[in-house]
Amino acid sequence: MTTTTLLEKYKTTDHTKISTWFKAAPVSAFPENGGACVKYKDLQIAIYNFSRRGEWYACQNLCPHKMQMALSRGMIGSEKNEPKVACPFHKKTFSLQTGKNLNGDYCDIATYPVKVENGYVYVGFED
Amino acid sequence: MTKIVVIGNGMVGYKFCEKLRQADPDKAFKITVFGEEHWPAYDRVHLSDYFTGSTAEDLLLAPSSWYEENDIVLRRNELVTEINREEKKVISHTGTEVPYDKLILATGSGAMVPPINGVEKKGVFVYRTLEDLEAIIDFGKNVKKAAVIGGGLLGLEAAKAVRDMGLETHVVEFAPRLMPRQLDEAGSSLLKSKLEDLGISIHLNKNTQQIKGNGKLSGLDFKDGSELPIEMLVISAGIKPRDELAKTCGLSYAERGGVVVNEYLQTIEDKDIFAIGEVASVQNMIYGLVAPGYEMATQVVNQLTGNKVKPFLGYDMSTKLKLIGIDVASFGDAFGINEPSTPIVYHNKNSGEYKRINISLDGKRLLGGILVGEASAYGMLLQMTQNNMPLPPNPEDLILGARGGKASTGAGVSDLPAEAQICSCENVTKGALCKIIEEDGLTKLDEIKACTKAGTGCGGCIPMVNDLLKSQLKAMGKQVKNTLCAHFEYSRQELLDIVKIKEIKSYDELLNQYGTGDGCETCKPAVASILASTWNELITKQDTIQDSNDRYLANIQKGGTYSVVPRVPGGEISPEKLMVIAQVAKKYGLYTKITGGQRIDMFGARVDQLPDIWEELIDAGFESGHAYGKSLRTVKSCVGSTWCRYGVQDAVSFAIEVEERYRGLRSPHKLKGAVSGCIRECAEAQSKDFGIIATEKGWNLYVGGNGGSKPQHAKLLINDVDSATCLKYIDRYLMFYIRTADPLTRTATWLNKLDGGIDYLREVVVNDSLNIGEELEREMAFKIETYACEWKEVVNDPKLRAKFQHFVNDDQGDPQVAFNEVRGQKAPVSWG
Repeated sequence: MTTTTLLEKYKTTDHTKISTWFKAAPVSAFPENGGACVKYKDLQIAIYNFSRRGEWYACQNLCPHKMQMALSRGMIGSEKNEPKVACPFHKKTFSLQTGKNLNGDYCDIATYPVKVENGYVYVGFED
Repeated sequence: MTKIVVIGNGMVGYKFCEKLRQADPDKAFKITVFGEEHWPAYDRVHLSDYFTGSTAEDLLLAPSSWYEENDIVLRRNELVTEINREEKKVISHTGTEVPYDKLILATGSGAMVPPINGVEKKGVFVYRTLEDLEAIIDFGKNVKKAAVIGGGLLGLEAAKAVRDMGLETHVVEFAPRLMPRQLDEAGSSLLKSKLEDLGISIHLNKNTQQIKGNGKLSGLDFKDGSELPIEMLVISAGIKPRDELAKTCGLSYAERGGVVVNEYLQTIEDKDIFAIGEVASVQNMIYGLVAPGYEMATQVVNQLTGNKVKPFLGYDMSTKLKLIGIDVASFGDAFGINEPSTPIVYHNKNSGEYKRINISLDGKRLLGGILVGEASAYGMLLQMTQNNMPLPPNPEDLILGARGGKASTGAGVSDLPAEAQICSCENVTKGALCKIIEEDGLTKLDEIKACTKAGTGCGGCIPMVNDLLKSQLKAMGKQVKNTLCAHFEYSRQELLDIVKIKEIKSYDELLNQYGTGDGCETCKPAVASILASTWNELITKQDTIQDSNDRYLANIQKGGTYSVVPRVPGGEISPEKLMVIAQVAKKYGLYTKITGGQRIDMFGARVDQLPDIWEELIDAGFESGHAYGKSLRTVKSCVGSTWCRYGVQDAVSFAIEVEERYRGLRSPHKLKGAVSGCIRECAEAQSKDFGIIATEKGWNLYVGGNGGSKPQHAKLLINDVDSATCLKYIDRYLMFYIRTADPLTRTATWLNKLDGGIDYLREVVVNDSLNIGEELEREMAFKIETYACEWKEVVNDPKLRAKFQHFVNDDQGDPQVAFNEVRGQKAPVSWG
């Protein structure tokens, strides 16, 4: 699959247009202050349990720098209070809120809304 | 609204747009840019990176979205074919007409193709654009031998690219030496022999008469009767300004090419048309470097926006570059021909260094020079030349360093005048940098780069910007502290003391009590290392603060799979254990390779396979090799006195003892050791963090050596000690390093920065001048006692094992993982 088509599969979900809340996994599957990867159809979604902030985030698992499925394994943290993830390959960092590349000019990554209900983590999609 | 049309979307054309928008935040100018290429402006200086894995996107100066965000109309794939000066409009090949008030010609240059018979043949390429590169890569797949015509800067860049493709590489140059514009005879001949060592054949004094081949390229014929059989030819022998538009609309052009402009970069006939970059001929000179092009762009922007304008009266053509790993620099009056001068030359064929500086006859000024093989002094030398700075009493110190004593050569960044240009790509002066540090209170390199753009071009000035930042902060009375990152206002050493004294055992505890924010990818692994160095607890307990390799106890590789390295102490391994490795590799389909540290690396394991693989290895008596950690890697050994007829001590036994002593020891950076059984030094111990070499009387202990990109020989700490004493001093040395080094600093760099150097270290370690010797030994003893194999713990703990999976909602491995076959083994598909 070419680079572009792989990237094009990931589209940020508009919070006002969520049609599916995908039940991903129980809360216990996600390490504190870290991430794990879930499969949704043919997508790989990285979900982060940012327990320090009491927040959850989700984004594409694909790092647009070298097209590696790795963001879920990256370290999370903050830059001027903006939550971010660093790709384990070359430490490209992306905002978990806007998907913007914070230390370079790579394209934005897609981000997805997350909710936690009854011990389960859900990710929102538009499809 | 003033309508600006820029013809050409290369580096200079782009820089013009960037500068204009910077100076015009209210967008009073309407900008339209024409680019004939498919890609928006990209970094032509680093074009050859395209052959070593950089993608076109990596090379872009800005993504297409940047033009939109800045309200710049970018017309790609569109060639301007006509300028109508009467009606002030340009017309493109598609018939599009765009009117202008001011027109900027930034068409750059194309490759100069010499009129040789046969240049039209298939297999002949020029080296200029991304499209050229794609064609070269494509064609190169089916050939073995290639030549580059041109032994100048551009030619050698092309040669690097051809070599990176794995082809037999020849360079053909008309002149009697390489880089004739930058280097003298001796410098060029050293460069030639270095390139030949790398397998590139150099053919000088060759006038190519004919490119042979019937349909397919077969070789070159030279005027001297010799010939060179090749299958591909890349011509990179110079540039030809793209001045054809000027010719058709009645603008003057220079005899040697280029649109003639005055010192304000206006064309002679039309004050509303400017030419910048490689297409501009100023005082009959074409500037084929990016820095003068940027300066031209800046000056035109200044004119358009009513800012202060400096006439363009020539530009320093000093240059420093790395050619296939070889430093080459040429600055000022490199050949010493502009005024009478005396050269000082240092030529060391053994180390492969050539340095020449030209001194004015009165001995007071540096006029220029040449550096080949080692060019770290380039920045300072260039500054001294450009600013007429006074020379030290013995000017040879500038290239040889101070000898005989410890006095400094007196050439530091603080001695530079305010007008000294630090970043030549972006034209940022020392004064401007100091001002921004003082007035805006900047304290970090990244902030300075973002504010001034200094260091964002070729990056050559970054060490100097860093030095300047430190000295400026010091001058302002600010304590220069190596704070870890934005989340911790402490140095690594301070944090280590805090952790120890306050008995802090987790990252969160430390962040809550001594940090701010939520942490980041810099402080998390640094603190993880401090905690492991201090408490030696299982690192997987706090897995999300570890770097990915430590989190999964394996080395992440291209494609997202991991490699597995069991410990093979001293490089000694039994046939039975070799068979286990072979069986495991076969069972899981892993690629195997011998490492530099005398062990075996197995590549291509999916994250979910790691615990199963390790279970089998541990059952067979293996343990973790910590190849993934900032920790002891290996202690390499020669075969020693057991087998070798020269050996004087049992190197293997001692290497095994040392490796097992320090296995699992977490440190600021990786640690490597070696033991050689005699003076012949087959284990290369002097390139290690600690190296032990046998003597008739015992061991010599060397410390602070390094291989890698900056090789450095280890320094002798003590000679002729027995095994127990040797271990005692290594204990103290390593713990002292672990206590005091900055994060990710190898022992060599640490020792270089240590005040007093090896003499001071010897005082601390051998003479115990700080009275901490026993304490250091106790700390090391604790690490040795508490060592446990991390993989064994994981394999035996189902909860820890469960963390090794790709999806948490599916048992499947990563479907994206894919392999090719290379020489009968698997290899990851190369990345985009």
